[in-house]
Amino acid sequence: MTGQTGAPGIVARDVCKSFGNHVVLDHVNLSVEEGTVLALLGPNGAGKTTMVRILSTLISPSSGSMQIAGHDVADDPDGVRAVIGVTGQFSAVDNLLTGAENLRLMADLRHLGCEAGQRRVAELLEQFDLTDAAGKVLSAYSGGMRRRLDLAMTLVGRPRVIFLDEPTTGLDPRSRLTMWQKIRELVSDGVTVLLTTQYLDEADQLADRVAVLDQGRVVAEGTPAELKSRIPGGHVLLHFARPDLLRSAAGLLPAADPDEDQLVLQVPSDGTVSSLRELLDELHHARIDVERLTVHTPDLDDVFFAVTGSHVAAHAGTGHAPQTGQAPQAGHALQGAQR
Amino acid sequence: MTTLAYTLSDSRVMLRRNLKRQLRYPSMTVMLVGMPIVLLLLFVYVFGGQLGAGLGSHQGRHAYLDYVVPGLLLITVASAVQGTSIMVAMDMTGGIIDRFRTMAIARASVLTGHVLGSLIQTLAGMVILVGVAIALGFRSSAGVLEWLAVAGILALFAFGLIWLAVALGLAAKSVETASNTPMVLLLLCFFGNGFVLTSTMPAGLRQFAEYQPLTPVADTVRGLLTGAAVGDHAIAATAWSLGIAVAAYFWAISLYNRRRAAEPN
Repeated sequence: MTGQTGAPGIVARDVCKSFGNHVVLDHVNLSVEEGTVLALLGPNGAGKTTMVRILSTLISPSSGSMQIAGHDVADDPDGVRAVIGVTGQFSAVDNLLTGAENLRLMADLRHLGCEAGQRRVAELLEQFDLTDAAGKVLSAYSGGMRRRLDLAMTLVGRPRVIFLDEPTTGLDPRSRLTMWQKIRELVSDGVTVLLTTQYLDEADQLADRVAVLDQGRVVAEGTPAELKSRIPGGHVLLHFARPDLLRSAAGLLPAADPDEDQLVLQVPSDGTVSSLRELLDELHHARIDVERLTVHTPDLDDVFFAVTGSHVAAHAGTGHAPQTGQAPQAGHALQGAQR
Repeated sequence: MTTLAYTLSDSRVMLRRNLKRQLRYPSMTVMLVGMPIVLLLLFVYVFGGQLGAGLGSHQGRHAYLDYVVPGLLLITVASAVQGTSIMVAMDMTGGIIDRFRTMAIARASVLTGHVLGSLIQTLAGMVILVGVAIALGFRSSAGVLEWLAVAGILALFAFGLIWLAVALGLAAKSVETASNTPMVLLLLCFFGNGFVLTSTMPAGLRQFAEYQPLTPVADTVRGLLTGAAVGDHAIAATAWSLGIAVAAYFWAISLYNRRRAAEPN
């Protein structure tokens, strides 16, 4: 194990992968410093899972080279396997065993030894809030518990580098927050993390750097703040009861974009409280009643539009999950009209 | 630890996992062990009177019981390996195989765990079957050595079929397919001398029945249990079992490795 601080935990150079004629990864370059988090952001079919499968020695690339914590993926796959942990999109647990037995299986396969293994299992059950369910067979587990157990199993051998493939997809908001918390704790212990996600807010919450993957190519890379600064999508929507109110507000705010049919005014905004207060104060002084207000923060679709010029939905065909908590449909319809 | 020690340790861990899984999936385990017993009762009490008369003995049903036990021991193997295919396919179609593959564990241990677990289950099934047969009145002139030889020849045969079942489980795209393909082995037990004399079969079928791999195994077991000579049969049975084991082993390993190479997204 190489362990100097600042040394790259994950390096990938010119990684390509095709299945038949279908190019899934096209000269992907990634570098993740030890102890940091890289989020691989992209819609379904962008190649995120393939990249994780290649980095975690499950499949080999068509070309390109990779090193994980100093071990070459092609030349020393067992060296790589000894330092990594992988939590895939589909739960990699044994459904016929109990939670404790699943963890014990991992401890035995990591050759921890009897006592150390038992200690580690108890520790992880405690840490992941699974102690009460330890003796239950997995069919009795909820989705969130399964995902927690899945991650706990990955951590049994204390891996230095962890791959998380869409760790929160399909989880309810509370389980999602718990998962985020666990990931943060790992990083504070110095673990290097590569996670894939479809959600900008997840990348924003967890990642030091974000790489946007589109049709097998990295189309943008940077810190979450850098990426968001490239997105013009932040705005608030003011909903009015009557057209005359909409018109007076539009007169007051020249940068705004009115929609007479919906009685909605779209005002560019960074979404901060102070800017919202300023805006509302201005309307209040002019005695214009606003019925309702929604804040639209940039999401993956906006990032995508900004860096590729096309929408996520156009690639994925599935649209994106409304994880930002606003009403994405309405927001996007308006943005589309504006563009 | 050396590589060999790791391989042994990992295989033992996987074996323990598979034995636990068999216990946690009792409906399947009981079905696979119970079916040969149901067939034993069926063949002895329903068909046995008439089939026994055809053996040229005046003891009818009882003579048929003595005759049919080797056939049902083969059925026990064929039935148990169905479980092997299902368990392997469950692993391969679930997410856990990817976890195993991203860990630094002995590569073959996933498969050897299945093979050893099934072997133990199969041997237990055969012990139960023989126990039931003895309770029904089955008697043998075999001594300890002969019984050990019976156990050895059947274990070797089971070992071969289990590897074949592992390969079938790996080749299957779904658990459903994996549970159906080994049915062929069950049928093969009937197209042989396990249940009736091959001399009563029409030409063509008779030749097939006499030369298919299960027949020398049944002949050897029957010979050992009745005190008849087994020389050539035992050699043929051993050769077939080893041949199947080696061929199926390489097939299984190549399937196991190939899955790793391809598999889009």
